[in-house]
Amino acid sequence: MSIAPSPTQLLHLHRLRLPNGLRVLLAPDPSTPVVTVSVHVDVGFRSEPEGRTGFAHLFEHLMFQGSESLEKLAHFRHVQGSGGVFNGSTHQDYTDYFEVLPAAALERALFLEADRLRAPTLTEENLRNQVDVVKEEIRLNVLSRPYGGFPWILLPPVLYDTFPNAHNGYGDFSELERATLDDAAVFFDSFYAPGNTVLTVVGDIDIDETSRLVDKHFGDILARPTPPRPSFAEPWRGAQRQQTVPDAHAPMPALALGYRLPDPAVDLEGYLAHTLLGSVLADGEAARLQRRLVYGESIVTDLSAGAGLSGSPLNARDPDTFIITAVHPASVEPERVMRVVDEELDRLVQKGPDSGELSRISARWASSIYHEHDRVMSRTLALGSRELLYGRAELAAALPDKLAAIGPAQVAKAAAGLRAQGRAVLVVEPTGATNGGEQR
Amino acid sequence: MTVATNPSGRRSGYRDAARIGRTEAGPRPLPPLSESKPAAEFELVERTLPTGLRVIAVARRTVPTVELRLRIPFAGEDRTHPARAEVLASALLSGTAKRDRVQIDNELAAIGAEFAVGVDPERLLISGSALATGLPELLDVLADLLTAAAYPEVEFSRERERLAERIMVARSQPRMVAREALQRRRYGDHPAARELPESGDVLDVTPDDVARLHAEQVLPTGSTLVLVGDIEPDRAIALVAEALGGWAPPGVASELPPLPALVGRDLLLVHRPGAVQSQLRLSAAAVPRTDPRYPALQLANLVFGGYFSSRLVENLREDKGYTYSAQSFVEFSPYAAALLVETDVTTDVTAASVLETRYELARLSAVPPDEAELESARRYAIGSLLISLDSQPGVASTLSALAGVGLDARWLRAHPAALEAVTLEQVAQVAAEFFTPTAFTGVVVGDADVVSHRLRALGGIELP
Repeated sequence: MSIAPSPTQLLHLHRLRLPNGLRVLLAPDPSTPVVTVSVHVDVGFRSEPEGRTGFAHLFEHLMFQGSESLEKLAHFRHVQGSGGVFNGSTHQDYTDYFEVLPAAALERALFLEADRLRAPTLTEENLRNQVDVVKEEIRLNVLSRPYGGFPWILLPPVLYDTFPNAHNGYGDFSELERATLDDAAVFFDSFYAPGNTVLTVVGDIDIDETSRLVDKHFGDILARPTPPRPSFAEPWRGAQRQQTVPDAHAPMPALALGYRLPDPAVDLEGYLAHTLLGSVLADGEAARLQRRLVYGESIVTDLSAGAGLSGSPLNARDPDTFIITAVHPASVEPERVMRVVDEELDRLVQKGPDSGELSRISARWASSIYHEHDRVMSRTLALGSRELLYGRAELAAALPDKLAAIGPAQVAKAAAGLRAQGRAVLVVEPTGATNGGEQR
Repeated sequence: MTVATNPSGRRSGYRDAARIGRTEAGPRPLPPLSESKPAAEFELVERTLPTGLRVIAVARRTVPTVELRLRIPFAGEDRTHPARAEVLASALLSGTAKRDRVQIDNELAAIGAEFAVGVDPERLLISGSALATGLPELLDVLADLLTAAAYPEVEFSRERERLAERIMVARSQPRMVAREALQRRRYGDHPAARELPESGDVLDVTPDDVARLHAEQVLPTGSTLVLVGDIEPDRAIALVAEALGGWAPPGVASELPPLPALVGRDLLLVHRPGAVQSQLRLSAAAVPRTDPRYPALQLANLVFGGYFSSRLVENLREDKGYTYSAQSFVEFSPYAAALLVETDVTTDVTAASVLETRYELARLSAVPPDEAELESARRYAIGSLLISLDSQPGVASTLSALAGVGLDARWLRAHPAALEAVTLEQVAQVAAEFFTPTAFTGVVVGDADVVSHRLRALGGIELP
């Protein structure tokens, strides 16, 4: 069996900064026949203005609707017609756009991303069309299904008090409908400034040639002031707060517990200890809550625990959220589930996990980080998002070693931190109005 | 956001939308594609073991991990087969003669490994991955599961109960309601239609039932094991032969019986009270990958609704705003293939969406794809295949799925050239033959109280 180089060795990261402020990450990898180009913009739904919930995501849709050199639909057609795939997504603190194509389309991909970052076509007609599309997306993912928005939309307002942290990032229909073209222009001109953006290119690329192409296509994007990034900090809560929401589609109750996490930019080890704590509690058949709640007491059907609103760690700045979820039969009181969670956390505070338990969990994390690295698309997105959020693209590859270095005492301390704060408790209660689809 | 607003309501200091959309230099030309780089050939070894198990090992040394797929044909005619099969899949990891559930998980975790077990009307699929150095241990656990799964009573009843609860959750998903309605509409009582068992049937399954099913149907002959990763293929196959040599019961794993032919008929409206969206699911007969017409059919499907730049998406989503997503694809089984068209639309445009979908189906034969549409679909088919094979799980899943329909890596190697050779005439022919609206059957799931009226006027719909 050969010894493969570790991802850190494989990264070969090169950084550039164009005069207009654009940050550029190049990561050559001669082993792949494809190339990925991603753009990460430093604006997410935490930055959208009050009265315009959902605007960051709506704007992401508008960025696909054409630009100075590309009529409506041309972006999709050129990416796919060059043999590639694309997507975009909106998160708490950033919005990303990416395309993966055969390597022969490198310059075309740079051109396509640059054109919309320079001069997107923002029209009333496209705005109204995409408001309709986004409303369908929300109907599909939230309104017409069980556990829609659980927990990422439903939990934040229980844990947080300020608008940026607490509001629904998908947006209210009435506010989406009120969005204007002027809102879009102001949003683009301030947040989509090149100085607020990271471009990442991964593939079998030549550094000099790719740098030249990046400069050719992105160099004349208008430099604009980078908007000040406000702090979204708010105090940790001392007392528990609980809220119950009805769900007409859900057949069983669900519970989500939300806790605050250390700031990963200040205390990375403390943050990662929570990531391991999540795995100690819920990942795999041997995990502690799995053994007690799902098997031992048999009161939970499925559960999860870990860092991050979207279910993956290191995907947001401070404040970030640690979440435990459980789906359980209606005969089980949520308090009973919480009691077991607290008992297991207390056990960890007192004794910590054993070292074998931790090394097994670190091995699984290493495996999953290698998998992320193997796919050029996921590697590119991990590099770009960590560069944008923390200025540390290398984190994507350094994580296996950093996780392996965390010991039982740090995990015990993380557990103690959860026990010491006032958590948010979200209870989803089935109202059973419309289940199933009987024929008639 | 800090934005100054002047008394007229215009925000100062920012360009307006028209200004943003123009530069002094004006529109720029699309750069050409450069020389394409061929994908590296697979370093692949294939061998059928004396036990009947076919093993395919591929070296892909991008990261120090290995990916595993064991595909066991697992069809059953009996009405309760899906329940027994699902319980088997759920309980397979719950213990063996020498390891309990927690030991299995601990041993897997120690080598960064996981196993997942899934079942459908066609096959049982054990998927796994591990750090490459852990391959011997991974195979050791797999052999134990295959030859000595114990289905211990206590764990068993808990797994059965959880499965029944999960089935209840799954059935509350609109897409599952639509899928089950479509399967009944397409295949009636054929085993292929029974993708999700009844909760009641699941609760009746006993450990003996599952142990018997395991003994009768978890068989090496007819099954395929795929390994992809940081491995030496010959050595990996030797490890498999050693570890799984004891998995050698006689018999042949059971293939799904041929599906009934798909014939066009009215769409069936299925009532889902209070639904805010309707699910449209249309299906027609297609041809499998082995058919010489398949490359043309694949490209015609892309032009119709098989990717974002398709007629269906550009119409339903980008022009009308009726949906977030619409797609069509070809679904394969060992003996046949079917076209599937899927979209979820808001309730009040249900009839309009059925109309537009039928319009686009008819238009594909009346106004066949032109040169630009064909070229775009061709580049996408070839490029997206390349992209899908650029990871260990991508290669492993693709080879495993191909094995399920009797194909192998030779098909993957030959397919791009077959796509290059497709002509406009061939695409027009398959469009006319396979995409005509009358060839389709299917369902509309939605609130009948709201959508019936307009659907009745549209015709071709069987109302509740």
